[in-house]
Amino acid sequence: MGWNVDRGGSLCRLRLRSIIDLSGSDYLNPRSRFVKLDPRIPEGPLESKWERCKSELKLVSPANKRKYKILVVGTGLAGASAAASLAELGFSVECFCFQDSARRAHSIAAQGGINAAKNYQNDGDSVHRLFYDTIKGGDFRSREANVHRLAEISSAIIDQCVAQGVPFAREYSGYLANRSFGGAQVSRTFYARGQTGQQLLLGAYQALSRQVDAGSVILHTRSEMLDLVVVDGEARGIIVRDLIGGKVNAFTGDAVVLATGGYANVFYLSTNAKGCNVTATWRAAKRGALFANPCFTQIHPTCIPVSGDHQSKLTLMSESLRNDGRIWVPKAKGDGRPGKHIPADERDYFLERKYPSFGNLTPRDVASRSVKEVCDEGRGVGKTGQGVYLDFSDSMGRLGKNVIEERYGNLFQMYEKITGENPLETPMRIYPAPHYTMGGAWVDYHLMSNLAGLFVIGEANFSDHGANRLGASALMQGLADGYFILPYTISDYLARTKPGTVTSDHPECKRLEEEAAKRLKKLLSIRGRRTVDDIHRELGTLLWNHCGMSRSEQGLRTALEKIPELRETFWRDVTILGDREELNQALERAGRVADFLEFSELMCRDALERKESCGAHFRVEHQTESGEALRDDRHFKHVSAWEFKGENQTPELHQEPLEFSNVELVQRNYA
Amino acid sequence: MNLTLRVWRQKNKNVNGKLISYEVKQVSPDMSFLEVLDLLNENLVKKGEEPVAFDHDCREGICGACSLVINGIPHGPDRGTTACQLHMRKFRDGDTICVEPWRAKPFPVVKDLVVDRSALDRIIQSGGFISASTGGVPNANSILVAKEDADRAMDAAACIGCGACVAACPNASAMLFVASKVSHLALLPQGKVERAHRVKKMIKQMDSEQFGNCTNHFECEAACPKKISVSFIAHMNREYLNAHLQP
Repeated sequence: MGWNVDRGGSLCRLRLRSIIDLSGSDYLNPRSRFVKLDPRIPEGPLESKWERCKSELKLVSPANKRKYKILVVGTGLAGASAAASLAELGFSVECFCFQDSARRAHSIAAQGGINAAKNYQNDGDSVHRLFYDTIKGGDFRSREANVHRLAEISSAIIDQCVAQGVPFAREYSGYLANRSFGGAQVSRTFYARGQTGQQLLLGAYQALSRQVDAGSVILHTRSEMLDLVVVDGEARGIIVRDLIGGKVNAFTGDAVVLATGGYANVFYLSTNAKGCNVTATWRAAKRGALFANPCFTQIHPTCIPVSGDHQSKLTLMSESLRNDGRIWVPKAKGDGRPGKHIPADERDYFLERKYPSFGNLTPRDVASRSVKEVCDEGRGVGKTGQGVYLDFSDSMGRLGKNVIEERYGNLFQMYEKITGENPLETPMRIYPAPHYTMGGAWVDYHLMSNLAGLFVIGEANFSDHGANRLGASALMQGLADGYFILPYTISDYLARTKPGTVTSDHPECKRLEEEAAKRLKKLLSIRGRRTVDDIHRELGTLLWNHCGMSRSEQGLRTALEKIPELRETFWRDVTILGDREELNQALERAGRVADFLEFSELMCRDALERKESCGAHFRVEHQTESGEALRDDRHFKHVSAWEFKGENQTPELHQEPLEFSNVELVQRNYA
Repeated sequence: MNLTLRVWRQKNKNVNGKLISYEVKQVSPDMSFLEVLDLLNENLVKKGEEPVAFDHDCREGICGACSLVINGIPHGPDRGTTACQLHMRKFRDGDTICVEPWRAKPFPVVKDLVVDRSALDRIIQSGGFISASTGGVPNANSILVAKEDADRAMDAAACIGCGACVAACPNASAMLFVASKVSHLALLPQGKVERAHRVKKMIKQMDSEQFGNCTNHFECEAACPKKISVSFIAHMNREYLNAHLQP
């Protein structure tokens, strides 16, 4: 089956073909498929691409919109804003989340803020500067056109959120307040205390709730997507498990939107919520959607250090703390004195020393690696030696204790609850932790995957952050995708699609429902000796050691050898009790961990294949003399998009070349 | 530390539950309360017993998923703290700790410590929003908001929707939850247009979900992990009264 669209001559001609061969393997037969990567970037100057695209997109007539059903998976910033906006336009929307309420999606935990090129501070900000900072921050591994669009849209997001009642911080004049945030030399970050993600998500959740009340969104909470239904090469539905009753059912629609977040929990310990997982995007990948840049995982520098083996997750301390906190370690190795007893001339403020112009505000990847470096030298602090000080005593001296307390009080309280130490008295201890994943499902400029009808938005796609995300950019991207991009581009797709072609009694739905149920049955039948968490922890340690902050060929090869062994152990020796037709949290986790065990192999393979260092991806073989990331633009100026080729088959690498016609590719230099 | 946990076990909403005692050994004072439940569950699974079901997600006190009554107090003895942020250094070696789910008629038990809080979502759906559709809104700085109002709106908006206020209230009242949303939106100029309609709709929905009324016990404020003030309930009552006085 083919899918041909003539885009009216001005945009590129699109030709995508996917053929499903159901004989033999459960999954796609490699030889029968043909994948062509077309990013569908509009012609014309960078500044006018989005305007031009919007004016050329097809629209669905108002009378026909309700005939189209869109399935949105995930209710974080991207999912909730998309579901609400699509329903406002008149489409029929069904929305799914695994949490008990749409308001609990993990966007809720974002602390610091959201960027926008408003230039309210008159400090030289502009759309171009936000674009440039973002593309440079991503170490030139993202698409110019996507990033520019993000910067253009940023201002409208703030307007929208204010109109919804998001209580952003204000000056006494009543105007909106801003602050500067990691890696930026202008103050363009809007914030709501240390709970910006919460307030933005509640804004989107409330917009979504309004549509639920209006009957235009059907919301399914405690419902987890287990598979993607692809019919004739187009995404037409999802397989969902009702987590309370345990029933597995197919839901069908005319398009599927995945807004299912990132996969940092592959490391077991991360700052993500416990439920965050890769299942939706990985299952889509197994049905033919390409997965892009899986090795681009961000390790955030300011997290509370691990305290012991019992640790179930790591807690982020907002990057905003770096505005007033100074990061240091003792100059001498093994200096056992408490921080406040170490005199100033025996302290090494290593970020200020190495990067004098950015100091403590260097981008996350650079800061994290420096922290690891000093700890590896044996100068780390705390019981484990895996930590550095983040010290507010100078700022308290300069601004007064009450100012610092007002700015960061809630973060300090959180820190004290976890560690039992008060940062106003004792310097805070921090260490890097997995936090965000830049990689994700491959999407074109329309946010559509190579599978027609499958759209992927927010952290779940790969599009805007390249090899490293700047602070306060995740919220911006999630909301840009959901409020302002997807509603336009999905309409264009639907306008070319006949509604209601596949219903839940389609044989493919029945087949996948049975397959999902069979997998659950199999998980419950193993009854081995190891718990799900036990195996997940082992996988996490393996990846942290070999595919974490720094990566080597040897380490990656070790990981690639051990992951299949661990996967085999899982399917032989895991134990999950209880039934599948009831609430069974261990069974939920087992399904997610089984997917992590497959996906992690792709992540390591991608890291091995990318023989350069860029952004958060640091290969020890590729560094400058001073230990900075050394890019290889000649060979790796591309997006690596991986195609699943069947169980135990080597995935195929497709490359989307990246063109930079508006920025000069420079070596990032934050000194 | 060695502890005895008395945990509410209930197979599903159709059968009765009961408290069952478990010994948990080698608990570190650095553990969070949920990590003790993790440890208990690991031990149970290894013995072939079904683990305890409990809601949790972010484990950093913001998603509002955790819903444990610990020694009779929602979220446990530490003020202004969710159960996931409660650390074991607040307990002593040898303690017996009782762990129950939220207890309120509008929150039926799903399994063990998991309850159904969808009633709170339905209250928000009934009117807890500003009807601003995407696009077509004014520039963010075109309507100024006094810092005091923005700060106070933020105080109210800090609610995480966990339902501890309901669990703590002898009347199972959800008034602190509803008041925090009503106040957040009514304090901002953007939310004033719909204020009368909003408060009426939300209170009607709250009543239909069988939440009780406020009789000024203020247990809700004491249990609230975000320390939301009961003064917002007075604010909501004023809004409600005004809404009915207006034609």
